[in-house]
Amino acid sequence: MNELHVIPGELRPPRPRERRHLLSVADLSRDDVERLLSSARSFARSQERDTKKLPTLRGRLVVNLFYESSTRTSSSFEIAAKRLSADVLNVKAVGSSADKGESLKDTALTLSAYGPDVIVVRHPQVGAPHLVARVSDSHVVNAGDGKHQHPTQALLDLYTMSEELGRLEGLHVAIVGDVLHSRVARSLVQALRLVGASVVLVGPPTLVPAGLADASHDIESVGAADVVYVLRMQRERMDEDGHVPSLREYSARWGITPERVRPGQRVMHPGPMNRGVEIDGRVADAGCSLVVDQVRSGLVVRMAVLYDLLTAGPVAVEAAVAVA
Amino acid sequence: MTVLVGKTGADDVVVRGARVLDPVSGVDGLLDVRVDRGVIAELRTHVDTNEHRVIDGDGLVLAPAFVDPHVHLRTPGREDEETIASGTAAAAAGGYCAILAMPNTDPVVDCADVLRGLRARAADEAEVAVGFAAAITVGQEGEHLTEMGELADAGAAAFTDDGRPVASAGMMRRALQYNAITERPLAVHAEESTLTRGGHVHAGTVAAELGLGGWPALGESLAVARDLALAADARRPIHLMHLSARESVELLQRAQSARVDATAEVTPHHLCLTDDAIRTLDPNLKMNPPVRADEHRQALIAALRSGDIAAIATDHAPHAREEKDVPFEAAPFGVTGLETAFGALYTHLVEPGLLPLETLLERMSAGPAAIFGLERPRIEVGAPANFVLIDLRSRWRVRADRFRSRSANSWLLGRHLTSRIVLTMAAGRVAFDA
Repeated sequence: MNELHVIPGELRPPRPRERRHLLSVADLSRDDVERLLSSARSFARSQERDTKKLPTLRGRLVVNLFYESSTRTSSSFEIAAKRLSADVLNVKAVGSSADKGESLKDTALTLSAYGPDVIVVRHPQVGAPHLVARVSDSHVVNAGDGKHQHPTQALLDLYTMSEELGRLEGLHVAIVGDVLHSRVARSLVQALRLVGASVVLVGPPTLVPAGLADASHDIESVGAADVVYVLRMQRERMDEDGHVPSLREYSARWGITPERVRPGQRVMHPGPMNRGVEIDGRVADAGCSLVVDQVRSGLVVRMAVLYDLLTAGPVAVEAAVAVA
Repeated sequence: MTVLVGKTGADDVVVRGARVLDPVSGVDGLLDVRVDRGVIAELRTHVDTNEHRVIDGDGLVLAPAFVDPHVHLRTPGREDEETIASGTAAAAAGGYCAILAMPNTDPVVDCADVLRGLRARAADEAEVAVGFAAAITVGQEGEHLTEMGELADAGAAAFTDDGRPVASAGMMRRALQYNAITERPLAVHAEESTLTRGGHVHAGTVAAELGLGGWPALGESLAVARDLALAADARRPIHLMHLSARESVELLQRAQSARVDATAEVTPHHLCLTDDAIRTLDPNLKMNPPVRADEHRQALIAALRSGDIAAIATDHAPHAREEKDVPFEAAPFGVTGLETAFGALYTHLVEPGLLPLETLLERMSAGPAAIFGLERPRIEVGAPANFVLIDLRSRWRVRADRFRSRSANSWLLGRHLTSRIVLTMAAGRVAFDA
């Protein structure tokens, strides 16, 4: 993963040693993705045993620094680190010094004083993990920054598709809904392109920005897709910004109902779902829904990411698993 | 009344053997320049030193010093970011002999007493001449006109609500009409706020990819169209600040063809950068208006070359370190520029052949001076010594700890520039000596 640094050397002060981060899918190569997915598969096998804990990262410290609410991402990073025997410190903005107005920079410096190996950052503002990477000596993983990136979500989505459909190359994925406000969509579009899958973005003209991928405003265009990837409609944004006239009109035009899913198609959703808004409850609970598989994938993919950052790179993960 | 204030001097200096280049006066040759008591006394191939300090100009260019019509000195209110002394020292280091300070301070420069106080301080502290622009509306709130007459009498160099637009067309029209009683330029920050609210960077592919709110070109050009129409209707001059969009340039050119008295300025960052650079998420690349896609940059360069845009302005906007040490999305707009303007433009425009050196020198000096009614810095016998010595071959790395400015939020940190300011004479005194 030598391509993982986001900030070109000229613009940042010199650092004593090279550190690898996972800040954006844009920094990954296809080889990086394939290596990470392959590690995740090995970790998945390890999770079928009675004793699920591996000694791989014993003595390492992983800090989860979360400035936004999260269930899936924070819990799976925590479990991933623990399954690899790392120590874990969870810091949430609520109840921390951030409440007292401490800047992100100072919080990052404070936590860095404990010498964590990895800092996992979620923050509502674009560029927050990049700032942490600039000021700390740890490896930084972006667990979501504003509307920008959520690279581990994209990796777990690729893993889920690949496990379910047996391939990624040539897959056709329709991403449906509020692309404008979605870091999940931005990361996934880049990730799918990297592995040779094709994408169409489907949704209201005011919520599908130009220039990301092929776009359509007609829900019929999901028909050709192997995977229908449904994005969360952020109710709060609708009231403030008026990007669509009403949720009622949105659901009628772009909601994923059983009638709009063709046999053989798979449906995915990054969660949390608004049942009855962007996805019909009957679809969410149907056999075609991979929502729970995505959560399961999240654990092994995040194990793979932590492992990859903290080992020299493409070391055979089988060896590490065998120790258990 | 002269609108410029600052230290003046009566230095005695001889510069030997520099390439003296004043495109407007038609001077270009290897000459000696003798300055007696702050005034250019002799200009020919060999002058007597008269026991003056002698500066070896071999291999250097001696040109009229620069004029920056758009600087934020942050005083009063944010002296931690810049003071009159530090900002003018930075200007001198960048080769400037005169700058105009913007009124969006705390308090806003919207009454004669604040203006008089600033001018009194500048007379003692300013390393180069400073003119202070006053606000168009009280508190820059767009509700009531300032007392433009009294402000002009007290020495206001121009009127502007820079930092924000005059939102109401009716108010803008009244300002254009009423300003007829002063002879000071009216300068506008063109922005249609309902299109730019929530915008951080140019609305384009890069913004879409990065998930950052877009500040569209139309957010500027729509306001430019309005203000040009109002100026035409009122038959009053208007100056457009920090143009960033191709459509704005086209509107300016159309208005100029229709004999509207419209002028414009452009910044080094809009001439050198495109929004591609923002992918690094370096908060020092965040400014208002934002840097845009290459078609916009090319249009700005072409208009600067043709002279339709007659002035280069830095929009030097210092920010405290802690204000920029935050995620890109949380960072305030603005970058510094006084100390790097010439180097950036020489490196990115002159060296690659996009702009002749003579044109750059004119647009940084005579161009802005003419728009703002200031005396043109010139290399002529009898003129006050306002000149700059430049080493065009020197290559240097921009470092945060080398700025005279109190702030270091430069988009050029760590980058290499070709050409360096060696010495600046401003108002008859050596204001900077590397």
